[in-house]
Amino acid sequence: MVNLTINGQKVQAANGTTILKAAESIGIKIPTFCYDERLVAHGACRICVVEVAGARSLMASCTVPVTEGMIVQTHSPSVIETRKDILRLILANHPLDCLTCEKAGNCKLQDYCYEYDIKESGIVGTKKNYPIDDSNPFFSLDRNKCIMCGKCIRVDNELQCTGAINYNSRGFNTHVGIPYDRELEQSTCVSCGNCVSACPVGALSSKNHAKFRSWEVKTVRTTCSYCGVGCQMDLQVKDNKVVGVEPVNMAPNDGLLCVKGKYGYRFIDHPDRLKTPLIKKDGSFVAATWDEAYDLIADKMRNVKENYGSDAFGGFSSARCTNEENYLMQKLFRAVVGTNNIDHCARL
Amino acid sequence: MTNGINEILNTDVIFILGSNTTENHPVIGAKIRQARLNGAKIIVAEPRKIDLAKDAEVFLKIKPGTNTALLNALMNVVLEEGLQDKEFIAERTENFEELEAAVKKYTPEYAAGICEVSAEDIRKAARLYASAEKASIIYCMGITQHSTGVNNVMSISNLAMLCGNLGKESSGVNPLRGQNNVQGSCDMGALPNVFPGYQPVAKPEVIEKFEAAWNVKLSSKPGLTVPEMMKAAGEGSIKFMYIMGENPMVSDPDTNHVKHVLEHVDFLVVQDIFMTETAEYADVILPAAAFAEKDGTFSNTERRVQRVRKAVEPAGSAKADWVILMELMNKLGYDKSYNSPDEIMDEIASVTPSYGGISYDRLECVGIQWPCPNKEHAGTPYLHKGSFSRGKGLFKGIEHKDSAETTDKEYPFILTTGRVLYHYHTRTMTGRVDGLNAKVSENYAEINPAAAAKLGVGEGDVIKITSRRGTVDIKARLTEKVNENVVFIPFHFAEASANVLTNSELDPVSKTPELKVCAVAIQAK
Repeated sequence: MVNLTINGQKVQAANGTTILKAAESIGIKIPTFCYDERLVAHGACRICVVEVAGARSLMASCTVPVTEGMIVQTHSPSVIETRKDILRLILANHPLDCLTCEKAGNCKLQDYCYEYDIKESGIVGTKKNYPIDDSNPFFSLDRNKCIMCGKCIRVDNELQCTGAINYNSRGFNTHVGIPYDRELEQSTCVSCGNCVSACPVGALSSKNHAKFRSWEVKTVRTTCSYCGVGCQMDLQVKDNKVVGVEPVNMAPNDGLLCVKGKYGYRFIDHPDRLKTPLIKKDGSFVAATWDEAYDLIADKMRNVKENYGSDAFGGFSSARCTNEENYLMQKLFRAVVGTNNIDHCARL
Repeated sequence: MTNGINEILNTDVIFILGSNTTENHPVIGAKIRQARLNGAKIIVAEPRKIDLAKDAEVFLKIKPGTNTALLNALMNVVLEEGLQDKEFIAERTENFEELEAAVKKYTPEYAAGICEVSAEDIRKAARLYASAEKASIIYCMGITQHSTGVNNVMSISNLAMLCGNLGKESSGVNPLRGQNNVQGSCDMGALPNVFPGYQPVAKPEVIEKFEAAWNVKLSSKPGLTVPEMMKAAGEGSIKFMYIMGENPMVSDPDTNHVKHVLEHVDFLVVQDIFMTETAEYADVILPAAAFAEKDGTFSNTERRVQRVRKAVEPAGSAKADWVILMELMNKLGYDKSYNSPDEIMDEIASVTPSYGGISYDRLECVGIQWPCPNKEHAGTPYLHKGSFSRGKGLFKGIEHKDSAETTDKEYPFILTTGRVLYHYHTRTMTGRVDGLNAKVSENYAEINPAAAAKLGVGEGDVIKITSRRGTVDIKARLTEKVNENVVFIPFHFAEASANVLTNSELDPVSKTPELKVCAVAIQAK
């Protein structure tokens, strides 16, 4: 263990802990853009700088491990002034279209500009002017809003490991792209949206099929309904409608999803959903009440059981349904119908 | 899976067979690649040059249906070069002599002829797998959907035990479950021969236990599997079918036979969220709530029981499946009622030893991996530590057997089927998501360019594919992914459906149909 002082408070932290994490442990929040706890910190954005007594310059708290006796100021005047400068530099090349930006309310740049009272950049220089890459059906890439934190590139290359995007060009012209600066749709991108989930600003944003602001939605944690990995995700709900999905950073998926988990939720409120029981009459389906449907089924079941016995029934349960439902389905067939003719699609 | 998903990150060698992981279990695919970045070596054995093949140290592009021959050859090399884990074999296994005798003739050269791969690659793969401190075998339906599926799985266990790569963290045999809750459906006894927790219906003490718990008389006669029920209904002995959340018209082999069955069964109830190809044949359709409209639990491929939570109200007057089933039971005179799914879970826990310690209050923050026998138990990340369920691991000498249908003059190509990244099973859900349809909008057949050239077929041309069971017209996609004698069709689509062609021949033990191999003929249209 290492003993240090942060903002006058004594802190104990394990060897190797970063200043950022040690501060977090006593409730001190340091701003970050490029930091992602799943990745080895690379200190690219510098917004997390802090003052360390005896150090020649401010240090990126996400990369510097704590040492014995260290004295840290996370919000000293020079730290705050530096963060303001960083924000001004970013804003010098960032459109101020928060009014219509998809990410408003869920944007770190917006949050920190508010926190540090930065209204405008005041720095005049060359402006980025990239066309918006709208080629992917699920999300768009607006490089004009990119703050070059590199998170999307690292998530793609080090966690998702698809390697579709990387840095193109050098210096001021550095930008996120694919080889030969073609459109995303011509890359090896698998549309998992993990870069979108990681983007701290509005550069990568989902093409939402319903308009919502982050403060208007409630989130409900659940398990993905596609493959057997069982990814944990938060459904974003507005007005009884699922409007988005965000991955959860915990086992088993650790903040990753695939294209089906991230964007395949749009079937939920599809107009084709079955909304009422249907009974086939003279070859076509007619809407019925639940009681009519249950009565018909129950009558038929009694009839078949009487005439042909319990083994004249076959039940197909479903790997799409919950444990509780599968349990009840086999119980219905075993305990009520009286047969073990119950199976599901495990083999298919 | 005998291991947990995240144990993949710390393994030294990952051997992937019959699994197109990056498309079908994408997040596990990503973790495999993360492990590779950490230094793990990858071996892939697959009939198609899948995306993971480029990450592999050794890629064995095997002929479909030759898994056992390959696995026997790997074991032959291990034994020939003395790479087996002698301590593990002595302490944890029995019947080693039978295995030793059985793999003797499967020299790499002999197997190379059967599998259509190079003998040297077999040697390389065997050395790599056997010399790893921690090695994980990952497999999926490419292993099980064969008339020799059980043999394939047993051969995988043989290899893992031979090298002592089982019952340890990051070392094990890891089948991936293809659907969100296949694991849970099996755990819950939605199987004809076992009650919840794999308790056999044929055991008198098990029957007694459930008769007492449910307060009814129960049948001890094992029931029929899905393919057997299809057959029985086709022959007229099953009169009443109840299909919940399944679409056999697209997912099951030999669609023409399935259609015949659904048309002729006396009464068919279908419970689903959409009008499926199967529901069209129903006498009654019951509208069910989707996953986001109900509470419950799913058990994932690493046996982790996780919460499903209601986020929105069901569409129209749709009801959660558990409500429908309970109400129907009540209608039929069985009076048990539940106020919510957590009460059902409490009943599950009371009759299912491996779920004994599971209740909703414990699942609030993070899921639990079964076995979890009691409330104090934290769950089990990996299985078979110290001993196997039966005590000692049993080696079985297994011979390679050809697929039920092999190619001949009339049907010279092998058809194999699978999924693609952008769709799921029979597309009832993904087919209604615009972006996913934009990615893959229609069915296609992958065919090798050399084979296509011989047939005079170009990219995008419609070809006619015929098997002994049916014919489809489908667009050709020319790709080196498949060998010259192999074609691949995704099984998602009801149009030009792969399962019109597939063979319903079953594995004699597991009753899994041979969806991964049948013989077909191809003609230009």
